[in-house]
Amino acid sequence: MAPSTPVARVRRQLPTSPWLFAAPGLLITGTFVLYPFASTVANAFTDRRTLVAGRFVGLANFRELLHDDMFWTGLRNSALYVAGVVPALVVLPLLLALLVQKNIPGITFFRSAFYTPVVASIVVVGLIWVWLLDERGLINSLLESAGIGRIGFLSDQWLLLLSAMAVTVWKGLGYYMIIYLAALANVPRELHEAAAVDGAGALRRFLSVTVPAVRSTMVLVGALSSVAAFKVFSEVYLMAGPSGGPAGEDTTLVMLVQRTGTGLTGRVGYASALSLVVFAVTVALMLLVLRADRREDT
Amino acid sequence: MSLAEKVRDPQAAVARAPRGTERPGRRLRAGELVWRYLLLLAVLALTVGPFLWQLSTSLKGPTEDIFSSPPSFLPEHPTLHNYTRVADTIPVWDYALNSLQVATANVVTNCAGSALAGYALARLRYRGRRAATLAFVLAMLVPVEGIVIAQFTTMRELGLNNTLVGVLLPGSVGAMNVLLMRNAFRNLPYEIEEAAYVDGADVWQRFRRIALPSVKGTLAVVAILSFMGAWDDFLWPLIVLSDPSRFTLTIGLNYLHGTFANDERLVAAGTVVAVAPLIALFACLQRYFFRGVGEGAVKG
Repeated sequence: MAPSTPVARVRRQLPTSPWLFAAPGLLITGTFVLYPFASTVANAFTDRRTLVAGRFVGLANFRELLHDDMFWTGLRNSALYVAGVVPALVVLPLLLALLVQKNIPGITFFRSAFYTPVVASIVVVGLIWVWLLDERGLINSLLESAGIGRIGFLSDQWLLLLSAMAVTVWKGLGYYMIIYLAALANVPRELHEAAAVDGAGALRRFLSVTVPAVRSTMVLVGALSSVAAFKVFSEVYLMAGPSGGPAGEDTTLVMLVQRTGTGLTGRVGYASALSLVVFAVTVALMLLVLRADRREDT
Repeated sequence: MSLAEKVRDPQAAVARAPRGTERPGRRLRAGELVWRYLLLLAVLALTVGPFLWQLSTSLKGPTEDIFSSPPSFLPEHPTLHNYTRVADTIPVWDYALNSLQVATANVVTNCAGSALAGYALARLRYRGRRAATLAFVLAMLVPVEGIVIAQFTTMRELGLNNTLVGVLLPGSVGAMNVLLMRNAFRNLPYEIEEAAYVDGADVWQRFRRIALPSVKGTLAVVAILSFMGAWDDFLWPLIVLSDPSRFTLTIGLNYLHGTFANDERLVAAGTVVAVAPLIALFACLQRYFFRGVGEGAVKG
């Protein structure tokens, strides 16, 4: 059949109908995503507060950032979060996917069970782990029974951040496992068998057959998880508290945005400048991962 | 190996992908099988165990020691006492109802809005279509975390902060959902709609009667992503809601945790109330949850 031409399609449609179809979506997206983004950019150069219209102040907000210790703390913690969480989320779900890939009896149950943390709300997950890692919680009870003694996971600045990272990884495992499963299904089994015939062991086959075959998926997972990790808010907010742990030392960048910009005295202008930093870094992370991918290709 | 397996076409592999399985070709040795199950059980304990511990804690009575070492995994005298107590402490059922309202409305608006817009982007010809598509692509790339403050001031200007409508609106037609629907419509064969067109069907009839019934699968994915997104959301409701009587469940739990942190049984009961509906939903509709991961990740 001949492909239909655009001309044939347009006739029996009112000239306005495409816009009527797209209107609700465009209206919502325009009002609550694109306009706020534009006003974030504009506000970043003003001293606007929640109840006070702002004046143009040029780069004053950004100059203030450079001297704001809390900003550097937030940037450090968000960056550490990326460094800690991303390698784990690129590798562990792949291993998990390999474990649940073979069709053995009961495997669909295991796959679904491993996905449960993804379904649960981050608030539920955060509170479950706050209780598990409590000074008197399950993990410390087990550690004490094992003769190791109790550890203050939620009272030390670094242990807190590390615990939050562990929770992020725990919640993300199942999600990325499913992405890897889809990729693994497309790896030809002949490659594995040929490698096995050549006498390659399991580790060798993993490194020289599986990893190259799912490399583009690993890059995708790296990109998705690094952007998500840099924007971390809920895990740390719930586990360290709204003020960000001891002396606020566990504050992340998005927590700082939320703390600075909300409430009746919120400094909208300064929070917008912080938001632009969050935005710029996430875009940069995306480009970095994608470029690293391209360089490996050549 | 059979010939059929050798020429297994990639299309079939992709279609099967969400299940991500491999044919049980080579028989596993018994030893390897035991190892696999041991590992699977270990991971199972790690992923599901924390939920069960929370459930167990919520069922333990006031006289039972929940801090014992070694820990006691099962409640000695299981009781629902903590669930009535949590309802006395915070209006947990009202919060659940608020969450349910927002999540249900979010499903309706996202399904309707993204199907309509997706159809306009995929099938209709008009000046400005590329600009409209670009608007949705850009909106998808903007991180919510970077614009919540501006969303909050916008909502205040509209007089909708501290309302459930305010919680709902920013995500009510997700840009990613629009693009998912657009791709689904684009993948439909055009001939059927053309035949309907020849028979005199107008654009609404073609959309409603022919195109929409063919993309039910993607629509289900959009519905689930929307429900889960709204039910689980934390940062936005935390910013836009300030009146405790209007809290959603996640914000209510945060409040409960902040105020009664030392009452672990109470917090445990609250979290079980919040997570149980989603786990039930997931158990019933797993297929679409997994499909959502595939479609969302590739396009997102």
